[in-house]
Amino acid sequence: MNFKAWWHRLGSPKWFYRVSGPWQSLFLSLALALLAIGTVWGLAFAPPDYQQGNSFRIIYVHVPAAMLAQSVYLLLGVAGALLLVWRMKLAGLVLETLVPFGMGATALALFSGAIWGKPTWGAWWVFDGRTTATLVLLFLYFGLHALRRAIPDPAAASRACALLAIVGVINIPIIKYSVHWWTTLHQGATFKLTTAPAMPAAMWAPLLVNVLGAYCLLAANLVAKLRNAILRRERSSRWVRDLMDGSQPSIGPAPSPNRPSAAPSHSQRSAAP
Amino acid sequence: MFAVQFRREWLCVLRSKDEALNPLVFLFLAASLFAIGFGGSSDRLGEAAPAIIWVLVLLANLLSLEALFRRDFEDGALEQFVLFAQPQFAAVLGKVAVQWCACGLAMTLLAPLLALMLNLSAAALPTLLLGLLLGTPALSLIGAVGAALTVGLGGGGVLLALLLAPLHLPVLVFGVSATLDGGAGLAATAQLYWLAGISVLALTLTPFATAAALRISVERS
Repeated sequence: MNFKAWWHRLGSPKWFYRVSGPWQSLFLSLALALLAIGTVWGLAFAPPDYQQGNSFRIIYVHVPAAMLAQSVYLLLGVAGALLLVWRMKLAGLVLETLVPFGMGATALALFSGAIWGKPTWGAWWVFDGRTTATLVLLFLYFGLHALRRAIPDPAAASRACALLAIVGVINIPIIKYSVHWWTTLHQGATFKLTTAPAMPAAMWAPLLVNVLGAYCLLAANLVAKLRNAILRRERSSRWVRDLMDGSQPSIGPAPSPNRPSAAPSHSQRSAAP
Repeated sequence: MFAVQFRREWLCVLRSKDEALNPLVFLFLAASLFAIGFGGSSDRLGEAAPAIIWVLVLLANLLSLEALFRRDFEDGALEQFVLFAQPQFAAVLGKVAVQWCACGLAMTLLAPLLALMLNLSAAALPTLLLGLLLGTPALSLIGAVGAALTVGLGGGGVLLALLLAPLHLPVLVFGVSATLDGGAGLAATAQLYWLAGISVLALTLTPFATAAALRISVERS
């Protein structure tokens, strides 16, 4: 299949809904398996740290959450560009569904970091470069969420959020380095593409498993919520109505194709004999 | 286009002086609240002064930005602006330039008074002024994107602050750190270059984003 046709098809919510059914359970089972293996391995079998003892084990929650927090925002920027430049409908829905997940991951990263900070740094919270950048990331997520909630029309809300996400993605490196040079206490990144981790393999292997599991969880969550959002956004279109009614032909007057019907379609069905 | 828009906005500011003056009054009001809150301890106030001044400048600028597109949106001029003010880059820049003159530049000029009020050390004053001069354009330019996105939405002020405060953080960090270094008798060249760099980057990119945001907001209404 040529690339252009595939690209156009990828933007179609209907096509995505058709093919994505099996993906959801695939990603979800992968995520559960990986997270179970990584967590049990990390908490029970990995050796304790020579300085931090057992308290280092929160790394198996903290690092995956922090990686997700940043990747999700990057994904938001990519989805925003796809929506604004190529007007890809699906990207708008991705933008809508990812924000709560990213907010949750960021909050988890901050929370687990605070728990870890107490025994190792002696303080719940330190305004250091990385923690501050993550806190700002949380505020950026809150801003996206608030903007979406403030605009009633979903399509316009998606486009406004897309623009804000792009501006945010350009700003993130500047924010990151500004607070990094400002002051830093946090250790460096655990996984780098260029060098091997400083930890022994028995410690970082379960972490890697958990990170992969967390990304699978993100994918499962994205697919599941995207399928819901597609049905909600397209509820007045013929294919969704046909899907909801099973093989029966739709009952009652058809709503005008462009506007979402004021009454939800299930009430029409329950009113029918 | 830039000149036409600049003249028009300047006339608007001159004919509604109160609206333009309110953020400046807020700046001094909030500064005196800080001075009172510190309970007359002028040493501690002087130590905190760089942070207080920069945060207040940031907040006062947010108040001024909230009104940047509001009146045009209410009387319908914004639709004409989006349709006919071409090239949009220059027109948006004209609008933001006037907002900066009426707010950012004015605050920079008034900063010595503010510094006196908050007992900032005299050694820090030149760096503070230079930092404000280089940093406030970035505040206005980035802020215009947020103002364009939120124009016409209910509760715009709080929403705008929520959107913009994280994006303004780098300016605050470099501004405060430059002022502190200046007060300690160190060269603050690096931070000042950073402020200038952020402003130049904002100057080249944000007018496009503001124009796109205005289009989204006008289509929405």
